[in-house]
Amino acid sequence: MAQNGKTVIIKVKRQASPDSNPYWEEFSLPWKPGMNVISAMMDIAANPVTREGKPSRPITYDSNCLEEVCGSCAMRINGRARMACSALIDNLNQPVTLEPLSKFPVIRDLAVDRSVLFENLKRAKAWVPIDGTYDLGPGPRQTPRQQEQAYPLSRCISCCCCMEVCPQFNDKTNFVGAATIAQVRLFNTHPTGAALKEDRLHALMGDGGIQECGYAQNCVEACPKDIPLTDAISEVSGQVMKQAIKDIFTR
Amino acid sequence: MANPKIVVVGGGLAGLSATIKIAEGGGNVDLFSVVPVKRSHSVCAQGGINAAKNLKGEGDSTWQHFDDTIYGGDFLANQPPVKDMCEAAPAIIDLLDRMGVPFNRTPEGLLDFRRFGGTLYHRTAFAGATTGQQLLYALDEQVRRYESEGRVNKFETWEFLSAVLDAQGVCRGICALDLRSMEVRTFPADAVIIATGGIGAIFGKSTNSVVCTGSAQSALYQQGAYYANGEFIQVHPTSIPGDDKLRLMSESARGEGGRVWVPKTAGDKRDPKSIPESERWYFLEEWYPKYGNLVPRDVATRAIHKVVYEHGLGIDGQPMVYLDLTHIDRATLDRKLEGILEIYEKFVGDDPRDTPMKIFPGMHYTMGGLWVDFKQSTSIPGIFACGECEYSYHGANRLGANSLVSCIYGGFVSGPQAVSYAKNQTKSDTSVNGAFDSERKRQQEINARLMSSEGSENPFRIWRELGEIMTKDVTVIRYNAALAKTDEKIVELLERYQHINLSDKEMWANTSFVFTRQLYNMLQLARVIAQGAALRNESRGAHYKPEFPERDDANFLKTTKAYFAPDADEPRFEFEPVDTSLIKPRPRKY
Ligand SMILES: Cc1cc2nc3c(=O)[nH]c(=O)nc-3n(C[C@H](O)[C@H](O)[C@H](O)COP(=O)(O)OP(=O)(O)OC[C@H]3O[C@@H](n4cnc5c(N)ncnc54)[C@H](O)[C@@H]3O)c2cc1C
Ligand code: SF4
Ligand code: SF4
Ligand code: FES
Repeated sequence: MAQNGKTVIIKVKRQASPDSNPYWEEFSLPWKPGMNVISAMMDIAANPVTREGKPSRPITYDSNCLEEVCGSCAMRINGRARMACSALIDNLNQPVTLEPLSKFPVIRDLAVDRSVLFENLKRAKAWVPIDGTYDLGPGPRQTPRQQEQAYPLSRCISCCCCMEVCPQFNDKTNFVGAATIAQVRLFNTHPTGAALKEDRLHALMGDGGIQECGYAQNCVEACPKDIPLTDAISEVSGQVMKQAIKDIFTR
Repeated sequence: MANPKIVVVGGGLAGLSATIKIAEGGGNVDLFSVVPVKRSHSVCAQGGINAAKNLKGEGDSTWQHFDDTIYGGDFLANQPPVKDMCEAAPAIIDLLDRMGVPFNRTPEGLLDFRRFGGTLYHRTAFAGATTGQQLLYALDEQVRRYESEGRVNKFETWEFLSAVLDAQGVCRGICALDLRSMEVRTFPADAVIIATGGIGAIFGKSTNSVVCTGSAQSALYQQGAYYANGEFIQVHPTSIPGDDKLRLMSESARGEGGRVWVPKTAGDKRDPKSIPESERWYFLEEWYPKYGNLVPRDVATRAIHKVVYEHGLGIDGQPMVYLDLTHIDRATLDRKLEGILEIYEKFVGDDPRDTPMKIFPGMHYTMGGLWVDFKQSTSIPGIFACGECEYSYHGANRLGANSLVSCIYGGFVSGPQAVSYAKNQTKSDTSVNGAFDSERKRQQEINARLMSSEGSENPFRIWRELGEIMTKDVTVIRYNAALAKTDEKIVELLERYQHINLSDKEMWANTSFVFTRQLYNMLQLARVIAQGAALRNESRGAHYKPEFPERDDANFLKTTKAYFAPDADEPRFEFEPVDTSLIKPRPRKY
């Protein structure tokens, strides 16, 4: 139902497959109250016809929660890396341009492959090494202050916006990116997680390690969850430096 | 069999819990999920997780938790497994704590607990406003650890299509679709665990995530598994209607004094703030002078529904009513409700401190699901189920914060059960190979038919129509005549489905093709829900029929079991007595 005859123009950078050429398509949609980028793409799917009246196809994109907590729907919206589900059409300049994240391989249209972050989390041993799932009583006591420090880091949704905007995150440096470093901080701070602290710091040394960060702070501005990334990077840098010195004397 | 291979389908709280237990016990897991498991719907849970830890000196006990759960579920749940779950819950919280979940703490450094609906005790542990996310991440991290040890093999962005059953009807593996290459492949397994979550998409818009379609459950039902208590659907009274989904608005908004109203005149187009008091209808306050806006969830839900659909007084003719906080001063609102008001601001774009919020009840949770026995085994040998996709813990109505614990507990039971089942299996003979080939071919044929289907129907429009009628007639208030019409409508949609024309015929990351496949399963399962509701001529928990307003234990203290009749292409129903051996049923009156 078109309201007030208003329309929304969406311009999408499309790509049929990883190795085919990208092209642009424009769609004109009836405006509805409360529209966001995902709901606009749902409307396109229900009537996939371009602005010029040419039959097209529904747009491929990732989404799940639609409330900015699953991390699926990161893309470039009007040139900015952000989550599509919380991008309200009314707050965006038109035409609204949608592009896939530029630093991750395109799968199709706006869907990209971000498995590199999950691989990095594996390398960084981002977990608490518990003995087992049998009943061993409660975990270590922690003060509310410790919880308040851990909680914001633990809200990272693995969207990869911080990596998309980072000047150092590219094929030349192999830099791990801010998200993984923040998780290293989280697990190094946990009383039991700290058991693997040295392993994690070693994973952040050398090629692509934490020293690649140029402190440009783009990451912290792009993060939709306000993760204290620059704090985490400077804290972990300090830990890595101390570890490097320790390594020299214990080898 | 020394190291059984178990396929786990679904990586929400339930699937990850099962996976961890199997890997820990020495088994190998192939873990399938439509989305990377860390992006599963479980991340949406905000409120918390229940366990009677009794850390507040209130004398809470696991028995009390058990009693609240059974009573809240209007006595429809079989009691022994619920009792076991409540007894296991405190140790589950301890384990999550050890895994590093940043639960809120007391000054002394112990876990903090809050109060939730349906109980008088502080029994709900929570991690900020994102408990589900925090729990899922803790389990995801443990699974990643097993993955790096080679015990777990993830198949993310693979969709379960069906089970591979041998000539005796025993499950020998699964058939799945690679959501990128669109390849159909079969995977042998010694046992299979289904943990595919909720079914919100059958109702079009819900508080659930996009991938909660119930497609896997429906596929198994069509392969012969029983589906139980499908008619029990929980509707949350206050969700934020969106064009794409319904986002939850916490009960605390009413707790802090929020008032629910509609303009007295239908279609009143005025700005709500300019509508004088005398022209507003505070219907909850009028109908329930004692509790006012804080009547229990199901009562509030029914009242709002009635005002919109029977009185035709939804705001601007739309299914929405006002939830008004504007009479409360900003400072108080910021202090008490900031987190949830931000959600409204972020997704609606209006400031609820200045403008009344527009809310409406939203489909939230399915109590029904795959039928399982007391050890999480479905009616198909070799297939287990846990989490929201199975029916066993919540009876006719789920208590807040009880789902997360049932998911984890169900996973912890089904994992070891699947392993011991697998160890007792004789090695399947070669005749089984034929079953894999024929199941793969069956699925490939379905794909080919869909790709070549010529017609004029758009799947997304069929889906919208399904959602509209299911929401209107099969959620809050149910009339037998409307239920019969709904079923007819679904049959019509199934017929129109045969004339679908896919605009996208590429065999690469074709999301509308995948959705269209799921849509068929949604339509089939929708009939189970609608017909199950039609058959249950009573009111119990979330199921309410004005024509039969009382609970009727003599006739309906029974589990509804639906099974698929392939020849008729529709559901058939049986009823099974409920095990009420531990707590005698009593009237449910809050
Ligand atoms: C907004 C909201 C708030 C909530 N808050 C609370 C709360 O505070 N406390 C509480 O106890 N409960 C709460 N609930 C309920 C609770 O979140 C869910 O019931 C629970 O998370 C379900 O977990 P699950 O593991 O069963 O399924 P999910 O987390 O939904 O996971 C399902 C998994 O199955 C996969 N999958 C699905 N279909 C297929 C297929 N065909 N092939 C392969 N993989 C598939 C998915 O990819 C996913 O990995 C809330 C629910 C909502 C909607
Ligand atoms: S501070 Fe700059 S260089 Fe370092 S991670 Fe952030 S964006 Fe990249
Ligand atoms: S740190 Fe922020 S931007 Fe980076 S992945 Fe996590 S949530 Fe996204
Ligand atoms: S869909 Fe989950 S973050 Fe946008």
